[in-house]
Amino acid sequence: MNHRTALLVALVITAAPALAQETGTLKKVKDNGSITLGIRESSYPLSYLDDKQQPVGYHIDVCNRIVDAVKAQLKLPALKVQHQAVTSQNRIPLVANGTVDLECGSTTNNEARQKQVAFAPTTFVTNVRMAVKKASGITGLGQLGGKPVATTTGTTSVQLMRAHEKGKGIDFKEVYGKDHADAFLMLETDRAVAFVMDDNLLAGLIVSSKAPADYAIVGEVLNVEPIAIMLRKDDPAFKKLVDAAVIGLMKSGELDKLYARWFMAPIPPKNVSMNFPMSDALKALIKAPSDAPAESFNKR
Amino acid sequence: MNYHWNWGVFLEPVKSGDETYLDWLITGLGWTLAVSLTAWLLALAIGILIGALRTAPSRPLALLANAWVELFRNIPLLVQMFLWFFVVPEFLPRDWSLWVKQDMPAKEFVTAALCLGFFTSARVAEQVRAGLASLPRGQRDASLALGFTLPQTYRHVILPQALRIVIPPLTSEFMNVFKNSSVAFAIGVLELTFQARQMQEDSEQGIETYLAVTLLYFICAFAANRGMAWIEARTRVPGLIARTG
Repeated sequence: MNHRTALLVALVITAAPALAQETGTLKKVKDNGSITLGIRESSYPLSYLDDKQQPVGYHIDVCNRIVDAVKAQLKLPALKVQHQAVTSQNRIPLVANGTVDLECGSTTNNEARQKQVAFAPTTFVTNVRMAVKKASGITGLGQLGGKPVATTTGTTSVQLMRAHEKGKGIDFKEVYGKDHADAFLMLETDRAVAFVMDDNLLAGLIVSSKAPADYAIVGEVLNVEPIAIMLRKDDPAFKKLVDAAVIGLMKSGELDKLYARWFMAPIPPKNVSMNFPMSDALKALIKAPSDAPAESFNKR
Repeated sequence: MNYHWNWGVFLEPVKSGDETYLDWLITGLGWTLAVSLTAWLLALAIGILIGALRTAPSRPLALLANAWVELFRNIPLLVQMFLWFFVVPEFLPRDWSLWVKQDMPAKEFVTAALCLGFFTSARVAEQVRAGLASLPRGQRDASLALGFTLPQTYRHVILPQALRIVIPPLTSEFMNVFKNSSVAFAIGVLELTFQARQMQEDSEQGIETYLAVTLLYFICAFAANRGMAWIEARTRVPGLIARTG
């Protein structure tokens, strides 16, 4: 290495921290004067549209706290917040290509996704179980032999069902709805005797159905999935800010209050409560925040 | 764009099981071909019949045929899929309804093929009618004057001419059937679009997945196009229709 190269390297190294303060997402947000949140239309109660078509929910509230932290750091109190509806198919490309800065939905943090995007510390934990009609008397996977079982196209539940099918030698017929509402319709109209999905989504669908008392969530837990807010990969400055904001909410106890507001109290649009107490897994994660993927979870 | 490319993903095993993603896409292609070809055969058979009836001298029959065309042409395909799959079984007697919903073999495939077949038949019928209308009236009159009955006239004289004329628009319909078959994922047929959604969810390599699926749909539609061009060349009667293109 000659002197000029050494000097250049030294310059770059000293200049880097100064640059790092505003690169990536933070620079983009500052230049545009706006930040774009990715929202879901029916992921109860994490992220959905209320009767005025406004995005609301537990993760929307968490995201708004993160936006407050961004405003404070960039000294931009008038920062504009834009909303972009996303689906399970397009959410990762939209975060990767810069359309969405923070995805505030119901995305499982897993290893395959960590190749494309980064996640904030886990703020919700869901268990994959099944909803059945109480009248059917079904209480476990073992009773599903030869019967039609519904799930939603393009979700991880399909693979879980297949894996279980092989593992336990139970042979059931898989039927698919194109979204959660359709898959629930299959259960409602007796096209399927069970609907396998994240338990919070099942609880939300049951609460908003015509006859909530007819359904129950039963059976063994097929998988435990950490759900988190998603952001662009390889953007350490933004990730640091998001992590600090989320961990701040956890330490101050504010996240518990947000949880109680969305899971234990009446929520729009029907003003009924999900009655969904916080799981021990999430309580542990609030004590020791982590952005570990689902795979590390299910090894335990 | 900050995207992690991985073109080798197709040969990787899926998360649960011993298949590769390529196996998923091949299964999907198989169902896409099965739904499309069944629907196309159904559409051709019904479409030619209905198209011919629309030009028939009997008013009730022509009205019936018109009603068929308007019914299937004026409702979006996705809505028709849902109607056949979710709504129609509810009107059957309880036992039949439960059988259709739970035990009928390949119920998604049957519903999708019937629905797509009926939808396309309305469009085929309209083109067959246009082909028939384009023939000089003298063809029918001469045939009747020679002692052919009306059905014989259609079968041996005017339909063979009309069908040759409408091969180009029918080619477009045949190509459309492959593309429209993608709607069948909505009722749970495990076809290409369905497998693409599964694969993108499982692998998180959405761009590679959809590029591959785009290519497969293109190949299907283009093969349909070449096949129809071959039929057009084979069935051409010299002097009957001027060769174009």
